[in-house]
Amino acid sequence: MPLLNMVQAINLALNEEMERDDRVVLLGEDVGRDGGVFRITEGLLERFGSERLIDTPLSESAIVGAAIGMAVYGLRPIAEIQFMGFLYAAFDQLFTHAARLRSRSRSRYTCPLVVRTPYGGGIKAPEMHEESTEAFFCHMPGVKVVVPSGPYTAKGLLTAAIRDPDPVLFLEPTRLYRLIREEVPAGDYIVPLGRAQVVREGDDVTLIAWGSMLEWVLKAVGEYSAEVIDLLTLNPFDAETVLASVRKTGRVVIVHEAVKSCGFGAEIAATIAEEAILHLRGPILRVTAPDVTVPLAKLLDHYLPSAERIRAALDEVLQY
Amino acid sequence: MPEDIISTYAVKRLHILDESGIVDDALMPAVTESDIRRMYELMVLARTFDERALALQREGRLGTYPPIMGQEAAQVGSAFALHPTDWVIPSFREMAVHFTLGYPIHLMLQYWGGDERGQRTPDNLNILPICVSVGTHIPHAVGVAMAAKYRRDPVAVVAYFGDGATSKGEFHEGFNMAGLFRLPVVFICQNNQWAISIPVQGQTASATLAQKAFAYGFEGVQVDGNDVFAVYRAASEALDKARSGGGPTFIECLTYRMADHTTSDDASRYRSPEEVASWRGKDPILRLERFMASRGLMSDEYARDVKQRAADTIDEAVRAEEAAPPPTAADMFDHACATLGQRQAAQRKEL
Repeated sequence: MPLLNMVQAINLALNEEMERDDRVVLLGEDVGRDGGVFRITEGLLERFGSERLIDTPLSESAIVGAAIGMAVYGLRPIAEIQFMGFLYAAFDQLFTHAARLRSRSRSRYTCPLVVRTPYGGGIKAPEMHEESTEAFFCHMPGVKVVVPSGPYTAKGLLTAAIRDPDPVLFLEPTRLYRLIREEVPAGDYIVPLGRAQVVREGDDVTLIAWGSMLEWVLKAVGEYSAEVIDLLTLNPFDAETVLASVRKTGRVVIVHEAVKSCGFGAEIAATIAEEAILHLRGPILRVTAPDVTVPLAKLLDHYLPSAERIRAALDEVLQY
Repeated sequence: MPEDIISTYAVKRLHILDESGIVDDALMPAVTESDIRRMYELMVLARTFDERALALQREGRLGTYPPIMGQEAAQVGSAFALHPTDWVIPSFREMAVHFTLGYPIHLMLQYWGGDERGQRTPDNLNILPICVSVGTHIPHAVGVAMAAKYRRDPVAVVAYFGDGATSKGEFHEGFNMAGLFRLPVVFICQNNQWAISIPVQGQTASATLAQKAFAYGFEGVQVDGNDVFAVYRAASEALDKARSGGGPTFIECLTYRMADHTTSDDASRYRSPEEVASWRGKDPILRLERFMASRGLMSDEYARDVKQRAADTIDEAVRAEEAAPPPTAADMFDHACATLGQRQAAQRKEL
């Protein structure tokens, strides 16, 4: 089985789905001739032509808006937004239209589109290029929010996202694009949306993470008997898997690179407090970025959670 | 070094039927007497609906409602040019477009009465849900047109919006993309002069809205929006052009919102009674009646009959709407997504 990085895995998923289904079209800035700013769509223009690899003008709102129209007509558009920080320009399209179209039309029209965007920090890029604001988008009933943590999950989740009958926001952790290689099978497999994975079993504490934080969490846990959950889908998130683990370990540390206040960790913590508080043996701890704007490269290491901060949180919660 | 003129444009204004009911025969579109009667009857139906909707709102039987009075020609004239297979991406003040295409009137009442089930377009029509968010639906028309072009389907797509929408980013992004890809889309702006309290002169420094299209590489035309024949002709030509691969067109229908913005608005706070009175003289229905009278197509008996039939149709729709059982709370979940998540499924059970 080939060892692929995440760029290659996503490219393979796009190739296979476009081959399988001529309703799948890709649109965005620089996705055609240039193969995308991260080369995710490299080779697709040559293979599928400019009707299916649409180089659009610099118009995030129209890219997502046009994808909505295409989806309504029966296509399966995949819109690429170059960086998560540029997706805010299309926020209204996602929230007001993609998320609500099924409901507003009483299912006469649906919106099976995927919006793909690189997200997260750690790549020493300019302002607006290292955003991790997934929580904004988890507050939209009707839009699924998916975050792979490696090449294997990236291919399986993207395939599931393209085949999903509703809109999916697919967040690609930029730092992981070429960091990890994994065995990624060609051909049909999916990683189902809405389900978390227990990637490491343990007894003393449950660590919950997603995206590029998972790699740091796995490095940090070392000798701890920690159960590690990769959430994979944030909206709707798999509360059952989280709660089952918390009932077993009694201790929780949530790690995300977004800022602490109103981050998605707060939703998980509140759910645990509602459903499993009597199983807790200590406070629910969160290791997150501070509540400041994402800094440029020189301060980025102070901003992002580190293995040391994750271990400090484990030590603290294990005192209880 | 001389300065060269490298681009010029001219904005055409089309008007065919004047206020006294006289038409310019050279410009008159090919319409039969039966077409003309149908246009008139649809305009009267729309006006009757509007009057009834306002009355129902005052009685507390309908929610906030945006009247269309004065804009019947712009709506009926343009929708009359559509084929049933065409796609319509409406704003929120196009009820006469819906009715011209055969959208059930009781569903429209249901929607404005606060019941989302009224937004389920019948399967034989391609009309997207009413868009209350101003101008944000314009890129959807562009996307539908992209998909139709990809599928080689000979359909045209129409987006309706008002003058206020031309100030929004989506207007510009959508127009730009439509021009760039030469898409089969017709943009119809009902410039009714007022975006709530801001007149069109407070919305743009452009002399016309139509001219904005030229910046995106396609034609914009202004038509007398209270002249049903001019609107029909402009829309027919633009739709034919779209269906035959000629790309987009922007039609600015110069019309007037004779009533308030919505039932929550009081237009007397921002515009003069003289201005409103001057537009009453340009009423699109009166104008068509005068023309029909001059051609022997109008009689007191026919006019009474049309009004009576319209009233009966609306009465029947109100009865049908009010007889519909109220939606259940579970209905909120039934169209939230294809498959409910764990939490949604639990919440649905808790109701």
